[in-house]
Amino acid sequence: MKAGETELHACVDGALDAETRRAVEERLAAYPEDAARVADYTAQRQALHARYDAVLDEPLPESLRMAAARRPRARPQYALAAGAMAVGIAVGWLVAQALAPAPARTASLPRQAAIAHAVYLPEVRHPVEVGADQQDHLVRWLSKRLGTDLKAPVLTREGFDLVGGRLLPGEQGAVAQFMYQDGKGRRLTLYVSRVREDRGDTAFRYSREDDVSVFYWIDGTVAYALSGAMPREDLLAVANVVYKQLNP
Amino acid sequence: MTEADVAAHIPRLRRYARALVGERHAADDLVQDTVERALNKFHLWRPGSDLRAWLFAIMHNVFVNQLRARGARPEEPLDESFDVAAAAAGDRLEVRDLDAALARLPAEQREVVLLVGLEEFSYAEAAKALGIPIGTVMSRLFRGRERLRALLAGAPSQPSLKVVK
Repeated sequence: MKAGETELHACVDGALDAETRRAVEERLAAYPEDAARVADYTAQRQALHARYDAVLDEPLPESLRMAAARRPRARPQYALAAGAMAVGIAVGWLVAQALAPAPARTASLPRQAAIAHAVYLPEVRHPVEVGADQQDHLVRWLSKRLGTDLKAPVLTREGFDLVGGRLLPGEQGAVAQFMYQDGKGRRLTLYVSRVREDRGDTAFRYSREDDVSVFYWIDGTVAYALSGAMPREDLLAVANVVYKQLNP
Repeated sequence: MTEADVAAHIPRLRRYARALVGERHAADDLVQDTVERALNKFHLWRPGSDLRAWLFAIMHNVFVNQLRARGARPEEPLDESFDVAAAAAGDRLEVRDLDAALARLPAEQREVVLLVGLEEFSYAEAAKALGIPIGTVMSRLFRGRERLRALLAGAPSQPSLKVVK
């Protein structure tokens, strides 16, 4: 009887017990084509190791060492631990900034976003250039200037109403800033800029810039940073909503 | 459980990423995003479960997201116009080394061939890391290995599969 496809591969991958393996090998003797395939597949495995095992011994690049040295994030329900962790992360970030150049692609993003946030945060009469009453116009205008279709996330369920938005200069050209405010007068800003080249998406990253918490991420060719002077966990909840609305 | 446990898996994540995406910096970026995401989501890891499988599952998700961001689909090879059966002999001879042959596998087949053949995952572990049924692992493995075999068949160094790089 001819051996089944699964048996052939299991034989290559050492997934058979000794008895079954002997039986399969006996049957292979009668089918040279199958035997040749088993030999080739086995050679593939060896070639993969010969080609790529050397990577195991390569020294880690600086960026990877930094990434791995970060502390794992605490369970969110332990508020106290999370608070301590937030401080740890902030300190860790500052130390990292001091010790090594952070990846240039995103290092300045939270900083720029936090500065823009801080500049317009206390503004009473002119917090935005175009108000939420002209939302369609606002979104069209900023989309045109950034050269990509923008959306102003709806955060009313989180207690934040859109105040409006403005255009800012950034390193990569035009930057859009949307501002939100809740009933207590707390303000959030969403800072949206283009990135030079599409290098894939990134996970959420967190940074604390003085009193401002910033969550930032990259989605294709657009970078987002959500800033607010509030605890990390509160801002994370809003950042998740923003992310989901932008990636339905 | 600490970051050191995650760090211990980085060399293997790098080996897999290098074979998966080819280019060194792109591969290390994939590893970095994977490690960052793992540390962000560490509270979701169940103590006692297989950390290696969990990390490779995260890398799979990051990888698929990157493919999507580029508009590629996991069921397509990097060069979708390439057809093994229709390829002229001249084309085959250009596929001389393993890197190029791997790049011509559809991403979803490449993942399975590498998890099983390079990272020594069992079929069940591969199924778990990729979030697919074991039967799908097997069919991708069958097709991937056969395609790799056809791609490498024209290479002059075929008998030993010695890779000159």
